[in-house]
Amino acid sequence: MNTAISIENISKSFPGVLANDSVSFDITSGTIHAIVGENGAGKSTLMKILYGMQKPDNGILKINGDIAKFQSPKDAIASGIGMVHQHFMLADNLTVWENIVLGIDGSNLSKIKRSKYIPEISDLSKKYSLPIDVNLTIDDLGVGEKQRVEILKVLYRGANILILDEPTAVLVPQEVEELFENLKNLVSQGVTILFISHKLDEVMEIADRISVMRGGQHVGTVNKEEASKKILAEMMIGKDLPTPPNRETMISSENCLQLKDLNGEPSLGKIPFEDINLEIKKGEICGIAGVEGNGQRELSEAILGLYPVESGQIFLEDIEITKLSTRERRLTGISFIPEDRQSQGLVVESNLIENIILGKQSSNTYSSRFRNVLFKNASKNSKDVVENYDVKTPSVQTLALALSGGNQQKFVVGREIDGKPRFLLASQPTRGVDIGAQALIWDKLKDARDMGLGVLLISADLDELLGLSDKLYVIYEGKLVKQLEPKEATPEQLGSYMTGLGI
Amino acid sequence: MKVYLKILSFLTPLIALAISFGLTTFILILIDRDPVETFTLMFDYGTTGKSIISILNRSIPLYISAVAVAVGFKMGMFNIGVEGQYILGALIAAQVGAVLILPRPLHVLTIFIVAAVVSGIWAGISGYLKVKKGVHEVISTIMLNYIGAGIVAYLLANIFFEKDEDNSLKVPQTNYLSESGQLPPLNNILGLEELPNLNSFIVGAVFVGIFYYWLVWKTSLGFDLRATGLNPVAAKFSGADPNKLIVLAMLISGGIAGLVGMSNLVGYFHRYTIDFPTGLGFAGITVALLGRNHPVGMALGALLISFLERSSQILDLNNIPKEIERIMQGIVILVVVVSYEVVRRYILTQEVKLASRMVDKDE
Repeated sequence: MNTAISIENISKSFPGVLANDSVSFDITSGTIHAIVGENGAGKSTLMKILYGMQKPDNGILKINGDIAKFQSPKDAIASGIGMVHQHFMLADNLTVWENIVLGIDGSNLSKIKRSKYIPEISDLSKKYSLPIDVNLTIDDLGVGEKQRVEILKVLYRGANILILDEPTAVLVPQEVEELFENLKNLVSQGVTILFISHKLDEVMEIADRISVMRGGQHVGTVNKEEASKKILAEMMIGKDLPTPPNRETMISSENCLQLKDLNGEPSLGKIPFEDINLEIKKGEICGIAGVEGNGQRELSEAILGLYPVESGQIFLEDIEITKLSTRERRLTGISFIPEDRQSQGLVVESNLIENIILGKQSSNTYSSRFRNVLFKNASKNSKDVVENYDVKTPSVQTLALALSGGNQQKFVVGREIDGKPRFLLASQPTRGVDIGAQALIWDKLKDARDMGLGVLLISADLDELLGLSDKLYVIYEGKLVKQLEPKEATPEQLGSYMTGLGI
Repeated sequence: MKVYLKILSFLTPLIALAISFGLTTFILILIDRDPVETFTLMFDYGTTGKSIISILNRSIPLYISAVAVAVGFKMGMFNIGVEGQYILGALIAAQVGAVLILPRPLHVLTIFIVAAVVSGIWAGISGYLKVKKGVHEVISTIMLNYIGAGIVAYLLANIFFEKDEDNSLKVPQTNYLSESGQLPPLNNILGLEELPNLNSFIVGAVFVGIFYYWLVWKTSLGFDLRATGLNPVAAKFSGADPNKLIVLAMLISGGIAGLVGMSNLVGYFHRYTIDFPTGLGFAGITVALLGRNHPVGMALGALLISFLERSSQILDLNNIPKEIERIMQGIVILVVVVSYEVVRRYILTQEVKLASRMVDKDE
């Protein structure tokens, strides 16, 4: 078999980071080659080099045997490389075919050649078994279909090497299956696929060969037959897999958080969440599964007092907090791990001492009787969190933005669990963090639960939900459509409720 | 932060000044003037005892104005309306002060409070409009500048005017404050009898600076302000109420703005006249930028601007266009702002480097 891409001693450094350190491996044409690694392992940099978005400091890149020196993605596209980005780059108000020819149609001011493009694109979609109605508007498509349009877009530009950057991150299980079906089809027609992921299950399912990266280095490449999840994970993190979930838990009979007939105020003609009834006991983790955009964000903001509630009540233990301000709720003992640490959980331009205060700035811990900030406590507590949560930072005076994503998240989690909150709302607590940080965060959440904390866990990561939850709900279009037993639920089952099929 | 980074950030303003000098030299050569002579003239004239007093006096309102602007900046708001706020506050305070008869400390204090309250309310209108109606504070404060100037003109011409001796002419100025409403200069206390008067409100300016530092960096309210300025979303999630903070920040900023005119009112003119200095509100924005909202930085910035303005007065007498000073001001501001940004970014990358080295070491 031919080598589609040969990477020879590619190095790339940024100020302070050696993102790629003499990386070498080959990608055989007509195969699915997965690249796995923790966040910050250098996958993205390598892909950017392959796609001409960045130039390597050293090393040689060969495409189909020829040395390639890409100045920009244009050159990469000309060599037959196409990139399917994680976040779709589509114009929502245009049709499928218009999106596909966008940017390459040379008709300028003359009439666009519908009669040429539509059949061409339809043929392409048939040839590669990527069924889609080319006349539909992007707005009317589901996520999986949009991704198909992205794939068609690069194929139409003549790509025979596809780079897919975390393509499953936005998909529900059924859509993932479809995508994999499509990818296998593409490969059978001679297309080479580079599949970037950090989900080992998927990689084991789809890839022919797997390259593992860690800390900018290529740790090794294995054939699927020789690999197992355990082997890959060990290569990725250099240590054993995170401990399996611990199910022995002491759920108390005391209420922690209770939502009664909660309805959100309609926005843009839609009721974001409806008739939410939930009871979370002390020492219990209650998971909420759902595809993003089904009311999770509004619900969590309503619990925090940031989204208006039309009717219903919220109780923290036996205190009604429905009418309290966010600050008062925080003071009553609600902790919050936001889904987006950089924009919601941290002031990244401040140091860790200031960031430990965030959310508790008016509590007795950090505010004196005369409303002066108690920096001494902040300094001490930030050091404690850094130590107990394994936050890798030169000091607590370091600005939060200097830390890697996983370390930022560990810090946020530590801040929110520390100081004995009464209730913890955790929204996507391990999104986008590396396996090491994920394992630590899961452990800490379990520890906090075992110490009697009630947790509402809103997540899109099914492993996380199944592994941590004591009880599990599925949210779909703003309603809790199903309660499942975490021990018995399967990803397929969850997926069908999450997409509204199981109702 | 590593020591060398601290030193670097400390040296930044000096480096920036050196670059500014270089650029000004270049411009002086272009217009065929001797740079050495120019700088020598300016330095010699600017460091005479008279000049130093004048520079200090100029710096007082400039600094307070900068602090007023900086309070807004710290939470990401642009109070462009210090100008209107302080003239309105000064006029009303002058009138109230002229009418009142109180023992000295109380009299002066009342004048300060009236000025701060009036200016604070004037600024508060912008805060209210932003919260209730979504009007951007830049727009509303600029508009309120014009309205404020209009009101001042109207009041002076029609209500607060002073009649001259034969009661025929209306002079657009308030009556003098009685002696109990005036602050004597500091010269006697400092033993500087032979020099021009040093305005004693300089003490007030120092207090404003200390108050600003304490409020913004040491209090819980200041924490909310800064957090909102750096990341409004995270601040909201942490429980800070943005609407309350917007109004509060404008009230505080305006309240401080009210003190801008006080050195001139109680320490110099003793009344509000049409000669009362204007433009200090806008100059304050410059100084806030120059001192990047730091209490000491802004003090140095105010002194620098005052020095340039004062020392350049000698240039015309020596056939050097004094407009060169405007150019110098522009260059200094530009270079300082750019240098700070460059150094800030450098320090950031160094911090990131240090943090990632930490992670490497661990593996």
